[in-house]
Order: sequence, then C-alpha cells, then structure tokens
Amino acid sequence: MPTLSPLIYTPATELLRRLQEGEISAVELTQAYVDAIATREQRIGAYLRVEAERALQQAIAIDDRRRKGHTLGKLAGLPVAVKDVLCDKSTRTTCASRMLENFRPPYDSTVVAKLKAADAVLLGRTNMDEFAMGGSTENSAFQITRNPWDLERAPGGSSGGAAACVAAEMAPLSIGTDTGGSIRQPAGLCGVVGLKPTYGRVSRYGLVAFASSLDQVGPLARTTQDVALLLESIAGHDPRDSTSLDQPVPEYSKSISEPLKGLRIGLVQEHFAEGLDSEVESAVREAIRVYESLGAVVKMVSLPHSKHAVATYYVIAPCEASSNLARYDGVHYGHRTDQVAMLAELAEERKLLEGAKDEVGLERLDSSLVRMYRRSRSEGFGQEVKRRIMLGTYALSAGYYDAYYLKALKVRRLIRQDFDHAFCEVDLIAGPVTAQTAFRLGEKVDDPLAMYLVDLYTVSANLAGIPGISLPCGFDKAGLPIGLQLLAPPLEEERLLRGAYMYEQANDWHKHRPKMD
Amino acid sequence: MAITRDDVEKVSLLARLQLNGEEIERLTGELARIVEYVDHLNEVPTEGIEPMAHAVEVHNVFAPDEIQPSLPREEALANAPSHNNRAFLVPPVLG
Amino acid sequence: MPENYTTIIGLEVHVQLATKSKLFCRCSTQFGAEPNTQTCPVCLGLPGSLPVMNRQAFELALKTAVALNCEIPGFTKWDRKQYYYPDLPKAYQISQYDLPMSSAGYLEIADEKGTFETKKIRITRAHLEEDAGKSIHDEAAGKGDSEIDLNRTGTPLLEIVSEPDLRSSAEAKAYLQELKLMLTHIGVSDCNMQEGSLRVDANVNLHIDTPEGKIATPIVEIKNMNSFRAVERALDYEAPRQFRVWQETGRKLGDSPKQTRGWDDAAGVTRGQRSKEESSDYRYFPDPDLVPVLISDDQIATARKSLGELPADLRKRYVDVYELSSYDASVIVNQGRAVIEYFEQAASESGDPKSACNWVTQDILRLLKENDRGIDEFEVSAKNLAGMISAINEGTLPKPRAKEAFDLMLSKGYAAQQAIEELGIEQIDESAIVELCQELLNKNPRIVSDVQNGKLQAVGALIGQAKKLNPNIDPARFREICLELAQQTTS
Ligand SMILES: [Mg+2]
Ligand SMILES: [Zn+2]
Repeated sequence: MPTLSPLIYTPATELLRRLQEGEISAVELTQAYVDAIATREQRIGAYLRVEAERALQQAIAIDDRRRKGHTLGKLAGLPVAVKDVLCDKSTRTTCASRMLENFRPPYDSTVVAKLKAADAVLLGRTNMDEFAMGGSTENSAFQITRNPWDLERAPGGSSGGAAACVAAEMAPLSIGTDTGGSIRQPAGLCGVVGLKPTYGRVSRYGLVAFASSLDQVGPLARTTQDVALLLESIAGHDPRDSTSLDQPVPEYSKSISEPLKGLRIGLVQEHFAEGLDSEVESAVREAIRVYESLGAVVKMVSLPHSKHAVATYYVIAPCEASSNLARYDGVHYGHRTDQVAMLAELAEERKLLEGAKDEVGLERLDSSLVRMYRRSRSEGFGQEVKRRIMLGTYALSAGYYDAYYLKALKVRRLIRQDFDHAFCEVDLIAGPVTAQTAFRLGEKVDDPLAMYLVDLYTVSANLAGIPGISLPCGFDKAGLPIGLQLLAPPLEEERLLRGAYMYEQANDWHKHRPKMD
Repeated sequence: MAITRDDVEKVSLLARLQLNGEEIERLTGELARIVEYVDHLNEVPTEGIEPMAHAVEVHNVFAPDEIQPSLPREEALANAPSHNNRAFLVPPVLG
Repeated sequence: MPENYTTIIGLEVHVQLATKSKLFCRCSTQFGAEPNTQTCPVCLGLPGSLPVMNRQAFELALKTAVALNCEIPGFTKWDRKQYYYPDLPKAYQISQYDLPMSSAGYLEIADEKGTFETKKIRITRAHLEEDAGKSIHDEAAGKGDSEIDLNRTGTPLLEIVSEPDLRSSAEAKAYLQELKLMLTHIGVSDCNMQEGSLRVDANVNLHIDTPEGKIATPIVEIKNMNSFRAVERALDYEAPRQFRVWQETGRKLGDSPKQTRGWDDAAGVTRGQRSKEESSDYRYFPDPDLVPVLISDDQIATARKSLGELPADLRKRYVDVYELSSYDASVIVNQGRAVIEYFEQAASESGDPKSACNWVTQDILRLLKENDRGIDEFEVSAKNLAGMISAINEGTLPKPRAKEAFDLMLSKGYAAQQAIEELGIEQIDESAIVELCQELLNKNPRIVSDVQNGKLQAVGALIGQAKKLNPNIDPARFREICLELAQQTTS
C-alpha cells in the first residue's frame, strides 16, 4: 500500500495558508486526496462519483492563475466534496435515486456556483439516503456507505457520504444538507464537525428539495475552524431563493477564536430522559463540566414541546416531500417506464376485466398516461421515498389536512416558542446529537419508526429554523465517536462557532482519527 | 384514525404510485403505526396558535419584471425521456 | 309543464396580466414563440429550482382588485394546487387558496337597450396564479404521443370568480364586456381571447318554479368557450338542455356531482367531459418556497390613485358634465381607452363635447367599423376633429360644408384649415347674398309669383343655382333672404 501524503491529515485552514504561501500547490493537494480516495474509498463507499479528472484540471487552472498573480477565490485550491443533491451543470445530480440516475441539470445551484467562484476544487459527489430521506445512507439506490470507525456500522444519514469522506480523510471539507438532522447526526456518528445554519442563511436554489421549509445546506469538516471557513463561503442572501435571509455574513473564521465571556449554557431537561445511552450521557455531561471550567454558567431549561418534535416533523416533512417529489413523473426528465411493456400490461388487465365483465374495474382502469406515471414513479423511487410520499399524500388529502398538517404547523410554532423562551435564559443550548452511537448496518432498515426516532434531538432545530452544530466530545467503549450538539438563536452562527471552538480548544477529541490503513 | 388497505389504494392513485398486493399490505401496516405515533399531536392544546408554515418570517420578496435569457431548447429538452427536438412527448393525454 | 325557470350563472375568468416576464421566473411571456424556447429551470420545474414572485404581476393584480371594488386583506399567501398533467411540470400549480389577495368585490353592468336592469354583479374573489403549458394532441384519434410545449407555463394569471348573480346570457355577455373594458382600460391585460389572455368558464344551473316550490338543478361547469359570442351561445344552449334533463330525470342539486361540459362551437352543443373522482382532491397547502405578502393601506391607496377614472366614472361625467345622453356616453366609453382618449381630446380642444360626441358616434365609429380599423390608425386626428368643430362653431366653416371638409381631412390627412382653404371656403357677407338673390329672382319671375302664391318650396331651384355660382353660400340663409325678397317684389 502506497504511503499517503500527510496533507490529508492537515486541517483545511492550514492547507489554505500553505496554498496561499506557495508551500504546496493545488495539484499536489488534490492528488493527495485522489490517492487517499483510491486506497480507502472501496472500503467506505462515501462517493457516488469521484471526479478526479475534473478536480485535477481545476487544480491545474488554479495553480496557473496563482502563478500569474491573478486574484483567486477565498477557497482557492481547497478540495471540497459535494452531496449529490446540489445541482452542478458539469456533472449529474442523482440524489442517490434511480429516478435521477441520468439527470444532468442545465444550471448550477447557488452553493455550487459559490464554491466554483471561490475556486474550490470539486472532488466528487457524495452518497446519501435517496432524496435525503433517511438516517443511515442505506436508502441510497446505488450503494451503502460504511462508518470509517467501524465498517459494520452505518455512518448515519442522510449526509452519510459527506460525513464519512471527511472522517476517512478523503476530503478536507464537504457540503451536506440537513432537513431533520442530516448533517449533525452523521457528523456525530462519524466524529467530525457539522453545522446546520439558520434556515435561510444558505441559499436553497439548486438544492433538490426534500422538505422545503426544513432543508438547509451546511458544511462538514474536521475542525470548527474549517467549518467556519466553508460556511462563510457558501452563506449569504440569494435573490433566487425567496426564503433566503437578506443579512450580512460575518467572517466566522476570523471571530471564531474569540472566547465567549460570561457564556450561559442551557441543558434541556427533556434531553436527559429514557432512551439516552449512559455512555453518551456521561460524555455530554463531561463536556458541560469543561464549559464550566472555562467559566460558563450552566442552567437547566425546558423545551416542553420537544417530545412532539419527531411527530411534528414526520407530518410536515412527508407532506412537503409528497408535493416536492410529484414532479418526478417521467415526462420532462427522470426515469420513464418502458412504454411497450406498460401498454402490454394495460391491455392484459383490460382483457382480464372484460373477461370477468367487471364494469367497475374497467371504469377504474388507469389511462395509459396515468399508468405511465404510476409505473415510472414506482420503478424510480425506493421504499423509504414511497413510504414518505404515501404518508404525506395521505396527510394532505381531503378530510385529513386539519388533523395532521395544520395541527403539526401549530405544534411547530409551540416548539419554536419554547426555544425563544429558553434563549431568553441562555446563550447556547447543549446536549447530545443522538441517543446512541453508530448503529449496525441493517439494524433499523425494517423498522421505519425506530429509524425516525434517531432524529429525536436534531429535528427541533429544523422545525424552529435555528442553527445547530455537532462536534466530537468523546468515544464509547466500542471506540465509536460521540457527538455534542450546540444550538443557538436564529442567525447566531457566530456565537455557535465561538462556543464550539472554545470547547474544541479545551480537548483533543477532534484529533482522534479512525484507523484507515 | 386507522389506515385501511382501501385508504392505501386510494392514496397510491393520488400519489401516482403503482403498488402490488404485498406492498399495499406492508404499507398499510407501516403507515398505520406511523400515523398512530403521529396521532399523539392531538393531545397538544393549540387553541389560538398560529400555524407556522415557514421557518423564518420573511415577507414581500419580489423580483423586477425584467426578461432574462431562457434556456436554449436543446438544453430544455435534454433530460426528457422522449422528445422530438421541439416538444416533450408523452403517451396520449386523451384516451 | 310551462318552462318557468331562472338561469343562474356564475363566471370564472382567467386573465393574463400584462407583464414582460413570467410570474415566478424571468422568461418572456411573448405570445407565438417556437415551442419550448421560453423556458428555464424554474418554469420547467427542474429539481432544485425555486420561484420568485414578479413584482409587476402583483401590482397589476392589486390594481385590478381595487378597480373591482374588492376587499384587500393585509396578509396574503401562496398555495400549491396539486394534480398531475403533462403540461404542469411541477405537478402542482402555484395558486391562492384560503387567503386570496382580494375578495368580495363587484362590477356594475347595464344595458342601454333595456333588456335587463342595471345591477351589481358580486365578485367572490380575484387571485393570482400561474398558467400551465400547452398539450398538443395527436389529431388521429389520440393514437400518437401528445406534444408538450411549456412556453406558457408560469404566465401570470388573475382568476376572477363571480357570484352566481347573472341571470341570462345577455347579462353574462355584458359582464364579460364590462370586465374586459375595465381590464384593458386600466392596462392590466390585453384580454386577447385568441391568444388566450382571457378565458371564461361558466357555472350554470336552473331554479325551476314548481307547485312544490323552487327547485335547483345540479350545477354544470362549461369550458372551452373561445369568444364572448360562444359564451352567449353555450349558455343559451345549456339552460333549456338542463330543463329537459330535469324533466326527464328529476335530478336536483346535490343528487349528482358537479358535471363538466365542453362547448363544441361548430356543433353548437355542450358535451359531457370525462372526469375522475379523485381529480378533485387537490391537496392544497401553503407553498413553502414562497413567502407571504403583507399589503399596507398605503399600497392600496397608491393602486387606487394609479387607476384614474374608471369606465363607470367616465360615463357619469359625460352625462353630468358634458351633458351627453347616457346612451351616447356608453357608446363612447364602451369602445375602450383609445376612443375615450380620442373623444376627450376632441371634446376639450373644441370646447364642444356634444359635437365631438356626434362626430365620433355617428361618423367616425361607423367608418372604423366599415374598414375594420382602430381609432389610433384613423386619419383625422382628435386635434384635427377639434379644429373642425371649432371652425364650424366660429362660422369659418359653414355647417353644410362640414362633411366635405371632413372627407378631405380623411382622404388627405389635412387639418381643418387646410381643408377649408382647398375647398375655397370663404366667409361671404350678407350683402353679397342679397345681391345674388336679387339677381336670380330677377331672372326667374315665375318663382317669385309661386312664392307669393304660397308655394315656398319653389325657391329650392334657386338654391341649387346659387350654390353653383358661389359654393360658399349658406343655403339656409340664402333661402331666408330669397323668401323675404320675393315677398317684397312687386309684380
Ligand atoms: Mg384557476
Ligand atoms: Zn422560466
């Protein structure tokens, strides 16, 4: 096995400095990661497509421009992996779905456009749960991704590829998306740092929608400093996204090292309840003691409606998803069923019904267009996607809207109000990311409800629209990483990052790496 | 509100999914359990609470009425499963 | 059984708002482009694309709502109406459901010919939504694939729904004409039905008087009416059809679901359309990609100010201030903005609205109709018409020669003065007329005696001769003088 370049263990911020000072070239750095991917990816499966060729071309161009003294973007030469859910006109965007297996968007998402403008090197497209629906990345139509800390375990999801590629040093930076915890949960399970910004902080234009009012794009990296760097490169107002916030973007990477004086940290009563693994609990409580030792005041706060967050989420998200995914009907793009087989199937059914003189059945028989839709969608979508489309369609259908969707929107406001009250008392809320460390592959695939409950600690932030970060705070006896989640009020990413950095500086959990070679 | 097999069949048409007998059976059970879990929301008092459809309260976002270039037609049709270089093609809409 | 029933009609009108770009993207709305050349990721409904509301579309909609006397709420939002159709690429239409941008307005309709009483037609609501694309079906019995053109997808529409306040096809037509007049007058739509800028669906049923009381028949929605005439014909066909169906089946409102029928203009009949039960479950919910709009009182006031005088205001002013008959006022106003502006200019520059009205309603509109042209292409400008009317009133153009002058202005594009000059019209003084008169009377003693014997019409022959000798002669004055002199002549 060839020895890998030490560059792959170096934090992105440090790599950027060395690139800027000419100590290393973008090609050298990109090649280091391409080599790492070549030796490790087969075991991990983090990438759906490695775009080594394109990445090296980009790196060559950047080095060339740097030599000529041209102005370069703020990430110039840094490799970034992108979740396969953000449109990039130079490659496919599959959302890990058969439906979009061959889909080539004719446009760039705003986040990808910003990365290109920042001269980031786009390494490839990472695996995910199909259409970001899931918590283990096992719902990908194409492959599973393994947790670098234990190859028999799931990396979490839906941004499982995004977290695993960073954990396994196959990218210094990666872009994920978080609808109910899909950045923070895999970051926690893979022992990396992941941040979900305030809803509207990062543009959703070109992000293939799962649940529009909950989806946010965010950064993953091995340190909070690197996460700050990537966040400030992708955040900002976008006139193409009506829900984007028109607020200036602070230079997170500059202010991050200023400690928060008189920090008040809130612990949520409801988080420390039945179901929380004792090793996770003690790691989180230990992290709180670290904060106390740094001068923070710790207070108990209550989020009385948090126990309804998962139920609220599993109404709102499927409702929006059922609508967002209706467009995949095999007409304008995406998978279409074989028309000859479809017509033959219909003819066969018609014959049977006619033979049985089944008037009602004949009346109800699909038209060829309806059957084309139904077959295309059933062939293109996987089980979990179909389950959520069914759930959302049911909840929005005549007679159920008030009982489910409207009710969930009201509880959502109560959840938000709980946070507003809590943030009057404290500056940050701290707690576990997940109740357990990484679970085994296949362990929860047959129990959708159990899989949904994995999001217990993360979904509230999406419902409330507030920012949250997951960072390493220890390991269980099996050597699996444990994540600490910090939450802040809307648009307080700066506070969140400074708070996280304070903790990170006080220990070296983030420096622990899985054994890869 | 219990979900029945019949509900699942009706919803599958609304959602334009084609489910076989085994899938309908399985989904009826799974959806019933999820709905039962979600039904706990009914216990939360929400009188006088405004529904919250958006995560942030932003209003009045508009773009000026200025034409920008459209996609070249080849690009608009490029991902279509069936087209004739002019239009998207689908099985007869009527019939 | 006597056919004793009332037809109850409500209309749903979709008008295309006059924007340059689409409602949620910046593709052009220009009519007639090659298929699928006016699309982008947003209106193609591509994964990841997001809508952003066109400000102008919203403002035009607001203006219309104010003009239609609607109540305008302080808060409005956008909803998704979900159904599958190949010309609807997102499989939902962005529309407004429970909190439309306006409701509870009205439009007043009148009929100068008196076939119905002047009445206010209530408007239930007017809301903004996006249009779908176009499906082009294979002509050969629907065998081949259908073509889908998405150029139209995302075009801004205002859906204006009336209450079922209309009672006849004549009222329905008057409502549509008044609505079109209003919308074109305030410039929010060109209302071109051929290009699909105005589309009408009608909801119709009957209230039948029976010995047991009033019975309502099931409501039928009629689609596919491509002109106001078609609307009239379809309604005239549909009412007796429903009466026959009621006689045959006795089915009342509520006995069967709402039926949709399409108007076949060539055959002159409505036909039932196939509709599936599930298609009505639209699963509306608020669009999470679009934010609500808050409308302030200031904005509403600004919209109101921008309207200027509406057709109803103009009619009233023409009657009250210009002293036109209400019939004439309507004839002018109903022609629309261009004629109104023409008339206004001619009336104000000549200071004689009544004459301006007469020229416009009697001569100009007839000529325009005969030649199928618009007043903006008419050779006699409003300024020139005003000049002509002034010349008549000042006496420089004798009334009897006005038609000649007008024809010359029309054929050569002259101003009134040029026409007067080319016709050689000069004012002649009284003594010249007296002189000519005396001369002719001297030559025609028989006419003198005829007049003296009471046959006054005998001077007619002299008028003709006088006009030949001097075209500037005012025939009426000449006649008066002639009669006077003839009486005085001693034989
Ligand atoms: Mg409509
Ligand atoms: Zn467009």
